[in-house]
Amino acid sequence: MRGATHAKWAACAVAVALAATACGDSDDSGGGGGGGGGGGVVRSSWGDPQNPLEPANTNEVQGGKVLDMIFRGLKRYDPKTGEAQDMLAERITTKDSITFDVTVKSGWTFSNGEKVTAKSFVDAWNYGASLKNNQKNSYFFGYIDGYEKVHPESGKQSANTLSGLKVTGAQTFTVKLNQKFSTWPETLGYAAFAPLPKAFFDNHDAWVKKPVGNGPYTVDSYRKGSQMSLRKWAKYPGSDKAQNDGVDLKVYTDNNTAYTDLTAGNLDLVDDVPAAQLRNVQADLGDRYLNTPAGIIQTLAFPFYDDNWKDNEKSAKVRKGLSMAINRKQITETIFQKTRTPATDWTSPVLGEEGGYKAGLCGDACDYNPEEARKLVKEGGGLPGGRVTISYNADTGSHKDWVDAVCNSINKALEQSKACVGDPTGTFADFRNKISQQEMSGPFRAGWQMDYPLIQNFLQPLYYTNASSNDGKWSNKEFDKLIDEANAESDNAAAVKKFQQAEEVVRDNMAAIPLWYQNGSAGYSDRVSNVALNPFSVPVYNEIKVS
Amino acid sequence: MGRYVIRRLLQMIPVFFGATLLIFLMVNVMGDPIAGLCGDRQCDPATAAQLEKEFGLDKPVWQQYLTYMGNVFTGDFGTAFNGQKVTELMAEAFPVTIRLTLVAVFFEIVIGITLGVVTGLRRGHPVDTGVLLMTLVVISVPTFVTGLVLQLLLGVKWGWIKPAVSTEASFDELIVPGLVLASLSLAYVTRLTRTSIAENRRADYVRTAIAKGVPRRRVVIRHLLRNSLIPVVTFIGTDIGALMGGAIVTERIFNIHGVGFQLYQGILRQNTQTVVGFVTVLVLVFLVANLLVDLLYAVLDPRIRYA
Repeated sequence: MRGATHAKWAACAVAVALAATACGDSDDSGGGGGGGGGGGVVRSSWGDPQNPLEPANTNEVQGGKVLDMIFRGLKRYDPKTGEAQDMLAERITTKDSITFDVTVKSGWTFSNGEKVTAKSFVDAWNYGASLKNNQKNSYFFGYIDGYEKVHPESGKQSANTLSGLKVTGAQTFTVKLNQKFSTWPETLGYAAFAPLPKAFFDNHDAWVKKPVGNGPYTVDSYRKGSQMSLRKWAKYPGSDKAQNDGVDLKVYTDNNTAYTDLTAGNLDLVDDVPAAQLRNVQADLGDRYLNTPAGIIQTLAFPFYDDNWKDNEKSAKVRKGLSMAINRKQITETIFQKTRTPATDWTSPVLGEEGGYKAGLCGDACDYNPEEARKLVKEGGGLPGGRVTISYNADTGSHKDWVDAVCNSINKALEQSKACVGDPTGTFADFRNKISQQEMSGPFRAGWQMDYPLIQNFLQPLYYTNASSNDGKWSNKEFDKLIDEANAESDNAAAVKKFQQAEEVVRDNMAAIPLWYQNGSAGYSDRVSNVALNPFSVPVYNEIKVS
Repeated sequence: MGRYVIRRLLQMIPVFFGATLLIFLMVNVMGDPIAGLCGDRQCDPATAAQLEKEFGLDKPVWQQYLTYMGNVFTGDFGTAFNGQKVTELMAEAFPVTIRLTLVAVFFEIVIGITLGVVTGLRRGHPVDTGVLLMTLVVISVPTFVTGLVLQLLLGVKWGWIKPAVSTEASFDELIVPGLVLASLSLAYVTRLTRTSIAENRRADYVRTAIAKGVPRRRVVIRHLLRNSLIPVVTFIGTDIGALMGGAIVTERIFNIHGVGFQLYQGILRQNTQTVVGFVTVLVLVFLVANLLVDLLYAVLDPRIRYA
């Protein structure tokens, strides 16, 4: 009897507590806890960055977004054209494409008042390159002299600073590269090359909790995994000042929810419209939907380390045949609702003609032609073992959908019902793991998002012998030679031409099958205007206007 | 009773170690987590080796497990890949999920038991048939469908709620997600209570009570309900653990940054420290909930005694 009374009391207490807190909290959220939606602040969706926010440690879009708002480097890529323009660089000169003299503009400060000097850059780059700091983008400094001492492939580092970097004055420093690389200054717009304030080195933990940079925004508050509030920095000295009062980046567990929140009017900007919503997007948003080219290309790579796929004339025919068996146009239209464009070369349209994009460089090999495909595969001795499997990771994106469609297309073209099957791997990490362990036995999904808008970036890291992202371990002397020559070329146009010749070698051997160029897609509310995506498919936040 | 509790607590120790070891092995089988950290390109070998050393991944699994457990007892659950302490992640995620679970359990108790009593007392009545049909519908529709439909109707079409829960995740924001999370168990609670009440209605002690002239309300609540609650309490008790772990779907739909979200992220990124840490705590919650259920039996039915 007594027990029952206790239970009843407990239940009542819970009920009261629930009711009380519910009432209390609803007052709060009505008052402004709703995420600071007032004034001219843009409310934008975000994903939880994978790594700590440090310039040389951020290699995915979500963290890159923030760096783009709080940092300005020596160069900046024009948000429209992708061209590298001087930002903090007053001038960068070279006589031999090896030693570069850099002058940093004076009058720039970090948002904590500290001056941006040559030392801010040199210290930051030394930090980024040093093995002991575990920076995932340290290979960006690999062209600078002394990198192999600071960041050896194995064992301990024998130096703490890059010998190629020398501060020569308050605002000047020199960079010595370990090879000729004429277009090197144009890589400096990448976030890894951002300057760092002293605060970063003095109190690293505090800095990572609330980063301080020199860009148009400052970090107002940061709750890891849930929200970052950025506010306009009034004293920002650059010309690309923020047109709004700030940006609230909100982490969403699912981009479908972010999209729902946008349609309900609780969010202003979604920079990744989920594939499932693409069919409704016109009806929901009308012209507030952006679908613009980004520097991303999807390809199918091959395991050239596998005996079945060894690079020779016969297997090149099979690869070409497979390429011709893929109906790119149909897949991009039905599965991707035109957010992808069939690829006809190995770069990206965002480079522009001058930058090295050449539509149609792939030729017939990228045209759907089932008869020719059958013929080529037959001439090449048929598919190894009679069938191919396409490996992909099933955890993100809609990879399963398009891989199934590609296989379907191949099966139809080759008139064999089991010629191609998809081979899913559970997580991205495991997928990468299999690739790095060289365990692939057939073609696999390979995506490439450019680091900087240069044709070099679409070729060298992917196809040069033992390059960082040459996952298929393709190796071709002719290609390597052309790349070296292109890098040594001091004239930009001539360099681009050489790179394109190298790309033709990729084509002739079909080192990877180009599938499609990926667009960036975004949707926004009627509260904001002047929204655009840059060539990296990141919204140009500082130009967004709030009405 | 005290000795019983101590015995039960001691029994938890092997269960705890076994469960964590299993999870540890399962996450490890999935492969090298460092591979996924560098995006679509391979980590350079030196950095990868350095990271492996930092996260202790270069040692054999049994040694990793021992070190991990040693640290756990000092309250150190390791560091997630984004540089955040797992304990920090827990401090943010658990309160949110606990609130969500409380809301769900509240609905289960209030709505589930009420409906169960009403239908149990009126078996065969149209009300009974109606509720039975409703629970059937709830059981057969998957949670994510219920969640998405409610989100679309209440959040977008009618604008009664916000479709996404804010980072504060206060109780009023969690009402709808809590209802969605509770829906399935709620249906079971209703059915369990109904059967139990219907069975006990004809029991001798109820007849005696009625014959003594005890008021109907008192008969139902004190005599009938109290004796019918044992299976229901068992169910709700074990359900608490299941709700916390199973909140992944609901949390994803309504943008709740709770345990489900962290676990999902941890699994995607193959972050051993996060996954093992969170599951360890969930195992503890499950064990404690079960113990509480067993202790509640004695409160409901004084004939049950623990020695």
